[in-house]
Amino acid sequence: MDRKKVTIDGNEAAAYVAYNTNEVIAIYPITPSSNMGEWCDAWAAVNKKNIWGMIPSVSELQSEGGASGSVHGALQTGALTTTFTASQGLLLMIPNMYKIAGELTSTVFHVSARSIAAAALSIFGDHSDVMATRATGFGLLSSNSVQEVMDFALISQAATLEARIPFIHFFDGFRTSHEVMKIEELTKDDMKAMMSDDLIIEHRNRGLTPDRPVMRGTAQNPDVYFQGRETVNPFYIACPAIVQKQMDKFAKLTGRQYNLFDYVGVPDAERIVIMMGSGSEAAEETVNYLVSKGEKVGLLKVRLYRPFSLEHFIKALPKTTKTIAVLDRTKEPGAGGEPLYLDVVNAISEKYMASELQFTYPKIVGGRYGLSSKEFTPAMVKSVYDNLSNEKPKAHFTVGIIEDVTHSSLDFDPTFSVESPETFRGKFYGLGADGTVGANKNSIKIIGEGTDYFAQGYFVYDSKKSGSTTVSHLRFGPKEIKSTYLIRNAKFIACHQQGFLEQMDMLKDASEGATFLLNTKIDKEHVWDSIPEKVQRDLIDKKMKLYIIDAYKVGEATGMGVRINTIMQTCFFAISEIFPQAEAIDLIKNSIKKTYGAKGDKIVQMNFDAVDQTVANLFEVTVPKNVTSKLQLQPPVSGNAPAFVLDVTAKIIAGEGDLLPVSKMPIDGTFPLSTTRWEKRNIALEVPVWDMETCIQCNKCVIVCPHATIRAKIYEEKDLKDAPPTFKYTKFKSKDYGEDLYYSLQVAVEDCTGCEICVDVCPAKNKKETKLKAINMAEQLPIREQERANWDFFFNIPELDRRKVAVSKIKDSQFLQPLFEFSGACSGCGETPYVKLVSQLYGDRAVIANATGCSSIYGGNLPTTPWAANKEGRGPAWSNSLFEDNAEFGFGFRLAIDNHNHQAKELLKGLASEIGTDLVDSIINAKQNDESDIYDQRERVDALKKKLDDMLKSANGKASEIKHLVSLADYLVKKSVWIMGGDGWAYDIGYGGLDHVLASGKNVNVLVLDTEVYSNTGGQCSKATPRAAVAKFAAAGKQSAKKDLGLMAMTYGNVYVAKIAMGANDQHTLRAILEAEAYDGPSLIIAYSHCIAHGINMGTAMQNQKAAVDSGHWPLYRYHPDLEAEGKNPFRLDSKGLKIPLKDYAYMETRYKMLTKSHPTEAAVMIKEAQQDVIRRWKEYERLAAYVPEKSEK
Amino acid sequence: MDITTTYLGLKLKSPIVSSAGPLSEKISNIREMEDAGAGAVVLYSIFEEQIEHEQLELDYHTSAHTESFAEATSYFPEPFDYKLGPDEYLNHIRKAKEAVDIPIIASLNGKSIGGWTEYAKKMEQAGADALELNIYLLPTDVKKPGSEIEKTYIDIVKAVKSTVKIPIAVKMHPFFSSTSYMAKELCNAGADGLVMFNRFYQPDIDLETLDVVPNVILSTPMAMRLPLRWIAMIYGKVNADLAATSGIYTAEDVLKMVMAGAKVTQMLSSLLKFGVGHIADVTTNLIAWMEEKEYESIEQMRGSMSYMNVDDPAKFERANYMKVLHSYK
Repeated sequence: MDRKKVTIDGNEAAAYVAYNTNEVIAIYPITPSSNMGEWCDAWAAVNKKNIWGMIPSVSELQSEGGASGSVHGALQTGALTTTFTASQGLLLMIPNMYKIAGELTSTVFHVSARSIAAAALSIFGDHSDVMATRATGFGLLSSNSVQEVMDFALISQAATLEARIPFIHFFDGFRTSHEVMKIEELTKDDMKAMMSDDLIIEHRNRGLTPDRPVMRGTAQNPDVYFQGRETVNPFYIACPAIVQKQMDKFAKLTGRQYNLFDYVGVPDAERIVIMMGSGSEAAEETVNYLVSKGEKVGLLKVRLYRPFSLEHFIKALPKTTKTIAVLDRTKEPGAGGEPLYLDVVNAISEKYMASELQFTYPKIVGGRYGLSSKEFTPAMVKSVYDNLSNEKPKAHFTVGIIEDVTHSSLDFDPTFSVESPETFRGKFYGLGADGTVGANKNSIKIIGEGTDYFAQGYFVYDSKKSGSTTVSHLRFGPKEIKSTYLIRNAKFIACHQQGFLEQMDMLKDASEGATFLLNTKIDKEHVWDSIPEKVQRDLIDKKMKLYIIDAYKVGEATGMGVRINTIMQTCFFAISEIFPQAEAIDLIKNSIKKTYGAKGDKIVQMNFDAVDQTVANLFEVTVPKNVTSKLQLQPPVSGNAPAFVLDVTAKIIAGEGDLLPVSKMPIDGTFPLSTTRWEKRNIALEVPVWDMETCIQCNKCVIVCPHATIRAKIYEEKDLKDAPPTFKYTKFKSKDYGEDLYYSLQVAVEDCTGCEICVDVCPAKNKKETKLKAINMAEQLPIREQERANWDFFFNIPELDRRKVAVSKIKDSQFLQPLFEFSGACSGCGETPYVKLVSQLYGDRAVIANATGCSSIYGGNLPTTPWAANKEGRGPAWSNSLFEDNAEFGFGFRLAIDNHNHQAKELLKGLASEIGTDLVDSIINAKQNDESDIYDQRERVDALKKKLDDMLKSANGKASEIKHLVSLADYLVKKSVWIMGGDGWAYDIGYGGLDHVLASGKNVNVLVLDTEVYSNTGGQCSKATPRAAVAKFAAAGKQSAKKDLGLMAMTYGNVYVAKIAMGANDQHTLRAILEAEAYDGPSLIIAYSHCIAHGINMGTAMQNQKAAVDSGHWPLYRYHPDLEAEGKNPFRLDSKGLKIPLKDYAYMETRYKMLTKSHPTEAAVMIKEAQQDVIRRWKEYERLAAYVPEKSEK
Repeated sequence: MDITTTYLGLKLKSPIVSSAGPLSEKISNIREMEDAGAGAVVLYSIFEEQIEHEQLELDYHTSAHTESFAEATSYFPEPFDYKLGPDEYLNHIRKAKEAVDIPIIASLNGKSIGGWTEYAKKMEQAGADALELNIYLLPTDVKKPGSEIEKTYIDIVKAVKSTVKIPIAVKMHPFFSSTSYMAKELCNAGADGLVMFNRFYQPDIDLETLDVVPNVILSTPMAMRLPLRWIAMIYGKVNADLAATSGIYTAEDVLKMVMAGAKVTQMLSSLLKFGVGHIADVTTNLIAWMEEKEYESIEQMRGSMSYMNVDDPAKFERANYMKVLHSYK
């Protein structure tokens, strides 16, 4: 049968089969598996049917724990059920997995395998998560490539029904889940042929029904539990043969034969590598190469890892086997070896004891590779085989890193390559916003579907959410592609942003004779001089061809703007000559129609115009013979940076993190603060410039700046000494801080992301030209140098004494130094202004628990962190535990800090006579209500520590107590515990814990950054998502009202609750945060956070916040439990009525508007219901606001 | 009493037509208009910018942040099938046609030659009985002569006319240097009717915020004087049906416009002010007046007070008030 060829990624391949062969799908987002659930939800939203003509029921749960519970329930009632997950998500499913396997229930979980958070979280791929499920009783089937993902998804689905063993079908996160490959698509008939009706009916008949009542889930005692557990043995014994049977059946259908263990290499191989996952592809490629050079090597690819069939395994090994290296993509600290290695040792050992070994007992070594998607290349594979040639091969080795602490790593030659000369290899450097990756995905599809070539695309993103760099790796050619690693010898390199040339050594991976395409605004006569020296040298030495295009010019002329994807794609096809030019243009245009057709004729036409205008603007530049440039690659950080930043951070920024040896890494995941300030990203083309004549010094621009790049300071005239000539300052208009002070508003132009929110909120207008405000956008490049000097000068002007600052006023509060600066958050982020404000108010004494999500990524993703210390060395101590436990994590902080404080006070009392009772009493009784109190307490604690130092010198019998008090003394200064996270955490996965912590009565401050979707994983629906809005997992619009988290918390009566929106009322925001922190009990602040996932103009997003409040969607209120004790109503409704209809707000945002385009009839109904939600809630709040408490008898 | 009229080749039961505006966004209002006696309904306008902007906006916001970050390669569900704004409008035409028997005239606003004119075809296919074309080209370029601007108007009419078979009316504004010449040229380009006049949105300045702000003011009865003059002037000189709009509040206003030469009179401000039921009141008064004055039909009075039929046509021509010159003879 001639099957359709499709060019898709691993996630889509798995989802395709899972959707078609299941009836119930329970999902929850987690990288890199989220896309599988998204596909299923999107297909269900357009009524796509499975192989039985039904639309599967797709439901999102509140966590992976919830998803697995629902899967268990649906299975127990007889439905074919599946789910998708990875990493921590899979760990949360483990309890149910034991149940599902224990009950011999047929199901397949599709897992894009990912690292587990240990000292650090990582979203990338390895087998740590899957290996953690070995004991559950699930079968484990491994796919190595996108084709295998589709194939094994079906094989596992068929096998589970027959074997009654549930399966995890896994493949490597990102490397396979996100790799785009041309594969053969299975047909519905294929799937029907593999899915036995009888077995499905048997599965259904085992379901719980009152018509055939039985019970499961009993509790058993020592007498029978053990025997019960042993009943399943025959199923596990039979399972491997069943899987093989299904593989054979599949082979008959499709011609692709798989085995439980697939061997490649020479039949008489002596050195064998055993492994599973995508790395096997690179290993196979290397084995083929080595064999062609006459080496006796082989590779055993493990497909079915559990149940591990000793029989099949041993038969798959060559009889000539002498040495074996087992490669594990996981780490089990403290174990005798990694899991696959131990299984192999055990298998060989058992077969040896049973005299069934057909070769001499081999040398077996185990090694680790590829953790967190670490590159695994043929060079590394070769080093593993080389190790096996040694008389004493290194055991428990690592490969791919420099492990210089216990010296486990194998050396390898990074220049070793086995790639076919016939394969085209191209690297494309783009900005996230310019559409480069999308264009390359399209190119791969065009080539994959328009030729007989094999095609592969893999995409690397950096960890920033604004101004991120993307690198696309494209391979295609007549030979099957098994290169599961990044491209090193590129035949084509495209630079879509000329600025990159000074930031990265772009042509280092270019092969001789390669082509370089540069997007530049400079014409062909002058472009050579704009290219850095190193790039010029590479172009000459490697005899490269150079092409240029001004894609921005074409973009502007055709309405494409900065989205230059189509233009660069056309250049690529025009230069690469994969197709004749006219044919290529036709193919691109067809692809445009497919991609943008649904978005309207105008979009299609615009892209067509861009294609048509591109070729005329593409020029070849003759590469001169001599290097002429003086431009050098920019160092990643300034030479003034601290040692750690220079030694470690700078390497990561420069893209050389792979070369950092183990000895350079912190042993326990502890990193220094204040590192973003060294990473000058220069991503904004335009930045705000201050007009001090127009400025009214309100500091509103400062409070809204998401990246803390606009700052205000007031200072004395003497501080202006040595100011750079262009440094701006003016008289401070207020006398609140004394006479003759100066005011400066300074922009860190190299850190600014150019979001323009500051300009939008600026209330001052130039009297001569009203289009101008007190801050206006201007090109960054011409002022970069001068503003760098101005910023450095400004930064060193002394900060205002915190004791003097009237923190309750917006203007004044913004003179406090932000201890959260220059994060990698999205340009115009709606969360970070709140985070920054908290850091200004309490950062120097805050301990922060941060739930996994956007805030943990822009807050803690290497290379740098925005959390910063002040000049005294104080700053927020920050950590991220998990997604689901953040409230409890922060609660733990509170318990420990209270304990430390209590212990310190007890020690103080015990040492009172030695320290002096005056000091002791003043410390213990200090009120610490404001900055002045805190300052005084710090002074007292300093005095105490000096005293304790002296006491230690004159040793007495209480040395132990004194030492303990020294270590605890700082806890006598009040600490502020903050628990931060998004709505996915607070409303869904972490709600149970949050609820419990709020109920505890402990003094913690919870800040919920409510974007109303799971922003970090790409906009999936949460219970904070409002009705009528579209989100992933709610593609047909959210059907239920937003959960009222604040109201639920108020029911405890002792929780301070506030709902805030800075864009609607910044003063209210400030007041609520101050009240929440001051309240001696749990506080919950729910902050409206606009987000790119809303589909809005981020530069004017504060207007959306205002509209959200005016419509009543986001009523501002504060609930202060202390007021009730004063005989007042604790609830204050701070919004002033429903000023605009909900739709006037909602339809400012794409998330609502797109439902009117995709489901217009339903949208009309849902927006009305949503309006009713608003009215109902408003009435409820009015009722609360009208409450008059009875006066207490007191 | 015969108050029927014809307009754009359509037979209407009354010369009172609901003008393009927000009332026609609801099908229930359109039903009410029919019940109140409206001869036809001009639907609310769909704008060239709306058609294109909506596509651009949706495309921008659903793709702007895609493929930038490993954990979130997109932020919205995959679009399989969008029903873009024009589709909504087309559905509205279909629903309106199903709801009432009176003609439904679709309204298309534009300012340049472009793909959007193709949309007229879709309106026709959706069942619109006629099309009202509202061209609103504000000439801000000091280098562009009026002749070029006028040519754009003509070209747009030709472009739209070439795509549809249904009749089209052009909603004119009163700011051409030669209104009569343009009226003629528009008809030559294919206009089957001329609607006089379009009221341009006139912005205001907010002194508090120093912003330019929209300031939509309903037309007053006085506004009818301008179309009244030009309908009277043009009647009989162009091969097109004339429609009067602006400031039509009462039966008297309708009568004056018909006498000046209008086939229909379009009402919006008065309906917004008094409700759709106002059509019935005006109709009743219209019939009563005609009965009292013993008119047989609307047709009978049409154009009776036009430039060509009044005793002193110069009264329509005067640009400024001056004392009436007494005859020296």
